[in-house]
Amino acid sequence: MKRRDFFKKSFNAGLAAGTAFSLRRYGNMWENEGTSVGYDLVALMGGKPETMFDLGIQEFGGMGAFIKKGQKVLVKPNIGWDRTPEYAATTNPLLVKRIIEHCFKAGAKEVYVFDHTLDNWVNCYRNSGIERASKDAGAKVVPANSESYYQEVSIKGGQILKTTKVHHLILETDIFLNVPVLKDHSSTRMTCCLKNMMGSVWDRGFWHKNNLDQCIADYANFERKPVLNIVDCSNVMTKNGPQGVSKEDVVNMQTLLISPDWIAADAAAAKLLGRNPADISYISLAHKMGLGNMNLESVNIKRIKM
Amino acid sequence: MTTSALSKIRIFFSLIVLILFTSVLVDFRHLFPEKFINIITSIQFIPSVIKFFSGVAAVFLGFLAVLALTILTGRTYCSFLCPLGVLQDVFSRIGGKIKKRFRRFGFRKPHNVLRYTLLLFTLIVTLIYGIYILTLLDPYSIFGRFMTYFLKPLILLANNFLAGILGKRHIYTFVDTPITRFPVFVYVVPSAFLLLIGLLSLIKGRLFCNTVCPVGTFLGLISKISILRIKFEGAKCTRCGRCSLVCKSSCIDFLNENIDTTRCVTCFNCLKSCPDKALSYGFVSLRKNKNIDMGTEQVDTERRKIILGSVLFLLGLSGTVSGQKSATPKPTKASTIKEDKKFPVCPPGSTGISNFIKKCTACSLCISECPNDVLIPSLKEYGLIGIMQPRLDYYKGFCAYECTRCLEICPTGALMPLTVDAKKLTQLGRAVFIRENCIVKTEKTACGACSESCPTKAVHMIPYEGKLLIPETRDDICVGCGHCEFACPTTPYKAIYVNGNYEHKAAKKPDNVKSEVKKPIEFPF
Repeated sequence: MKRRDFFKKSFNAGLAAGTAFSLRRYGNMWENEGTSVGYDLVALMGGKPETMFDLGIQEFGGMGAFIKKGQKVLVKPNIGWDRTPEYAATTNPLLVKRIIEHCFKAGAKEVYVFDHTLDNWVNCYRNSGIERASKDAGAKVVPANSESYYQEVSIKGGQILKTTKVHHLILETDIFLNVPVLKDHSSTRMTCCLKNMMGSVWDRGFWHKNNLDQCIADYANFERKPVLNIVDCSNVMTKNGPQGVSKEDVVNMQTLLISPDWIAADAAAAKLLGRNPADISYISLAHKMGLGNMNLESVNIKRIKM
Repeated sequence: MTTSALSKIRIFFSLIVLILFTSVLVDFRHLFPEKFINIITSIQFIPSVIKFFSGVAAVFLGFLAVLALTILTGRTYCSFLCPLGVLQDVFSRIGGKIKKRFRRFGFRKPHNVLRYTLLLFTLIVTLIYGIYILTLLDPYSIFGRFMTYFLKPLILLANNFLAGILGKRHIYTFVDTPITRFPVFVYVVPSAFLLLIGLLSLIKGRLFCNTVCPVGTFLGLISKISILRIKFEGAKCTRCGRCSLVCKSSCIDFLNENIDTTRCVTCFNCLKSCPDKALSYGFVSLRKNKNIDMGTEQVDTERRKIILGSVLFLLGLSGTVSGQKSATPKPTKASTIKEDKKFPVCPPGSTGISNFIKKCTACSLCISECPNDVLIPSLKEYGLIGIMQPRLDYYKGFCAYECTRCLEICPTGALMPLTVDAKKLTQLGRAVFIRENCIVKTEKTACGACSESCPTKAVHMIPYEGKLLIPETRDDICVGCGHCEFACPTTPYKAIYVNGNYEHKAAKKPDNVKSEVKKPIEFPF
């Protein structure tokens, strides 16, 4: 058997197995009682973002493993730009919608969605499709366009970023889910889990002015951490990020990463972009500060192909 | 015709007009569709004239409709359609509440020398030199500036107050909206006019409309040939003088049974006041006009109080607005090189500065409606001719790539509609990078805020020392939107800024190359 044939055959076999596997799992997608196997990262490939999430969250024992009844949940997608979903500059609205549905299913009392946008917030919320999708799922879509929505907090362990103003919902919700979209980035080379948090603070200029990479890593010290990072890699902006110029920038990767460890998720995401995690300064900085694990060899990964 | 009904209709109609124009001009959530704004502003006389002579918008001949209306009915425009006129009526009513004397007008001689000189002067200056005087005196634009610079901040204060209270309960019906702060000098022109018009209307009814306003004077001349007029039914009049007393225009000389049509704004208050039904509104009877004596000037003791009150109001306003200033962190290293902006950036759809400053009456509608708050009134950036005309200030905001709001709603045609695609290829200016000011060079840390914000990647990052990347600009695909300048965090000077194009240019389409990254078949980890 030739090498190429071997790959082809094993890929097809994998696909078939994955599909069968997924169909079996898909039936009990809403069940929460499954026990956590202790994966650090669940990576899924080959499905729609919402079905991949249905399947992936099972590996962590369902959303109920994270959300208790009556809790307030914050879902923080990337809505930074006034772009329609096909440009992949913002998180896939269907994924956001499905996550919110899982939250309510797990007993969440209230789910909030916001992002501190770079373009006009009304247009970003609308044109990204996230406002509609979130409202359809029953979430509250909350403005983040004014300083009055932010509160000053101190970042213990931050080297440069010692204080910053965060959106009050970061502080007032019980559970927080980080839902970034993987993208190329002009200055930090990649934006994903850690970088997505810039959309929850008021003064980004300070970060840019005072060693951006260090500030991104510093923020990961903040006590309000996401319980899960759900990385939308269904369509990935591979160049001209983070805003994108044309649809040619976008590659359909049909991938989803779910991890409580945002450094591990960022490292895996970097690999998807064909980059070395160690070359993304803020990943190695955060790793060195002990905020997560970028060495994917020592990360317990569950890989699922659909 | 039932005479009291006429005045009621006038009040009802004019209030709707006032509310509509006010709402559009303080519409901070940008809820009104562009078409609607176009329709209601199309009846504004001066903007419509300018739009007509810009050549394109032949659809809206609003000013011809106004002329026809005037020939038919007299200066109905001033009482029914002019928001500044209606606003003065409101002021006058308030004046009457303060002191009854302020609502007792009586006949006065017209200030003919003053008003015709002003009209002629405005006409000549506009035709020969440009729009200087018209910008200052167009009543719709004056009204627009009142709303944008005085009422809108107050409404936003109220909105933000409610947003604050409800926001604490996680109710987001009202969204906290930052109030744009303009340079102090911007308030000079509108404040002066607010004082002038406010005072005059408070105590003297429509004196401004009949002395200063070029539209009023012009329509007054036209109304000399108007078909429908208010007139005396000679025999019935007992010369009680009530009509003259309620006439905001002070144009009823009841002793001689003469009404000065050039000043009459057809408010119909006189009809209502006449106990003997000696006045009627109907087809003109060809009686000769006679100009007779007037009353005497009354000395006003309340004036000082009013001036003081207005000054205090303005001080208070500027105080509350400045209270919203946000705290900015100190820069680690200050930037050293000043931006060298050769031309201001003028709005898209204007084709350039030369055309724009000829046609804009600085009504401030676009400034108020800009969703990104990037438009601010200029002081001397366009030269004296362009005072109060909007320019883009990239320290305040940036021109959103997908947005065409201002050029869709401009009432004068100073900004002409463009499709979104055409606007995206209009180069308002060009980004200039000052490497010496850049964080990447001065701090040796990553930044790239400019490139991140650039919608065309005209500002892109190239390798610098070590792993660092530094910005580089391309003139051909830059649209001059200013997002880079807005995002650049250096102070006091920016490391990247936009130099306005005197005439807007065409930008090339941004590059469109296939991605080198392939869809993964296996997990790469």
